[in-house]
Amino acid sequence: MKKLHVNVSVNKNELEFLCNPEDTLLDVLRNDLQLTGTKEGCSTGDCGACSVILDKKLVCSCLVLAAEVDGSEIDTIEGMADDNKLHPLQKKFLEHAALQCGICTPGILVAAKALLEKNLNPTEKEIRYWLAGNLCRCTGYDKIIRAVMDAASEMRNENGSNYS
Amino acid sequence: MIFAKPSSEKEAISLLNETSGMTRILSGGTDVLVQMKSGAIEPELIVDIKNIPGIKHIKAVSGGYEIGAAVSGSEFNNYPGLKDFTPGIAEAFDLIGSSQIQGRCTLAGNLCNASPAADTIPALSVSSCFAKIVGPNGFREDLVKNIPTAPGKNSLKKGEFIKSIIIPNRPDYSSDSYIRFTPRSEMDIAVVSAACFITLDKNQLIKDLKISLGAVASTVVHVDGLCDLVMDSKITDELLSKIAMICSSSCKPIDDKRGTIEFRSHVAGVLAKRAMILAHKRAGDKIEKIAR
Repeated sequence: MKKLHVNVSVNKNELEFLCNPEDTLLDVLRNDLQLTGTKEGCSTGDCGACSVILDKKLVCSCLVLAAEVDGSEIDTIEGMADDNKLHPLQKKFLEHAALQCGICTPGILVAAKALLEKNLNPTEKEIRYWLAGNLCRCTGYDKIIRAVMDAASEMRNENGSNYS
Repeated sequence: MIFAKPSSEKEAISLLNETSGMTRILSGGTDVLVQMKSGAIEPELIVDIKNIPGIKHIKAVSGGYEIGAAVSGSEFNNYPGLKDFTPGIAEAFDLIGSSQIQGRCTLAGNLCNASPAADTIPALSVSSCFAKIVGPNGFREDLVKNIPTAPGKNSLKKGEFIKSIIIPNRPDYSSDSYIRFTPRSEMDIAVVSAACFITLDKNQLIKDLKISLGAVASTVVHVDGLCDLVMDSKITDELLSKIAMICSSSCKPIDDKRGTIEFRSHVAGVLAKRAMILAHKRAGDKIEKIAR
């Protein structure tokens, strides 16, 4: 079968790949681009483990065809830290021990980052609703929510913003 | 499977029309990809419509708002003024899936997927929304409520696809609402749902009432005859009880793990009443706002 040629920017790197028409973005990220930080969970868009940012929108990469993303910008968990400097969310997840097995963690970090980019002062309820599409079977969610709230607070202070 | 991403309507139509096997339109893909992976469908051709000019746009047009077929839930709900214009459609659209699904799911997709429990179909129906459809025989329009014909089936002909949905302008003191019953507050599918559209005059007398019920029959139930019943009345407990009864008896639900026939019919009446109270309140608030 003839492969499709796709140009894409992943974590600000211009890349190209060949894919089959039925390959998902998740397949290509993990199997072809070796970006295995994005996890495969349910593969039906229910668990959020495969969350990435596609053209500034949070999506499940298991529900995106690789062929669709020609010309798009994608941000994955691998682009979250600034070289060796962890993103405040990553730092707070460690401090709060907001993970156990870790399978859901990349997806939750990507989703939480998308939330804080549009709202740096979310309420606990807003965080819980925003992350409802990210399933975690270990933590009971509470530590995750605390870590996101703490990271948001730190980021507000860093920004020297007027939020309390 | 062939993947195509045409850059014009014309090209998309001829691709769809010339393929003999199963074809599917891809915009958000939140239903199509799940169905492909589960083996429920094996399309010969997938047409990604997102390169077609205008298909991703929301436009205020003379007749109302035009919502392109590839506009996602998050784009809709972040568009200034749309939530105020149609709180009912906005809340129905917003209830679909997670933040991740909101980045992709579309009104046209929800409509064509034709689930009996689709959240936006009752909400679009009560607001008399219609679809702009293009195909090999040219352009046509059809009311949203005529598009789903059975679970998973729609009335589009070979080669046709929806390019946009029109939410028509409404009389001054009108509003709408959508509520549903689910065991969980997020990430769930309606066991029963109700959408209401209401128009009042400036003395709070009802001039128009439409109620549609989801997940209580093979397609959305559009409750008939409500307008005559309520014309020029005020909202009273007695009227609400009568409407709840009519709505309950309009249902033809199934028994399944999510709800029994009896439960669904009863809850449909309760939700219809609550949806009407909510839409009535919103329309009433407009009377005050305009008077001020």
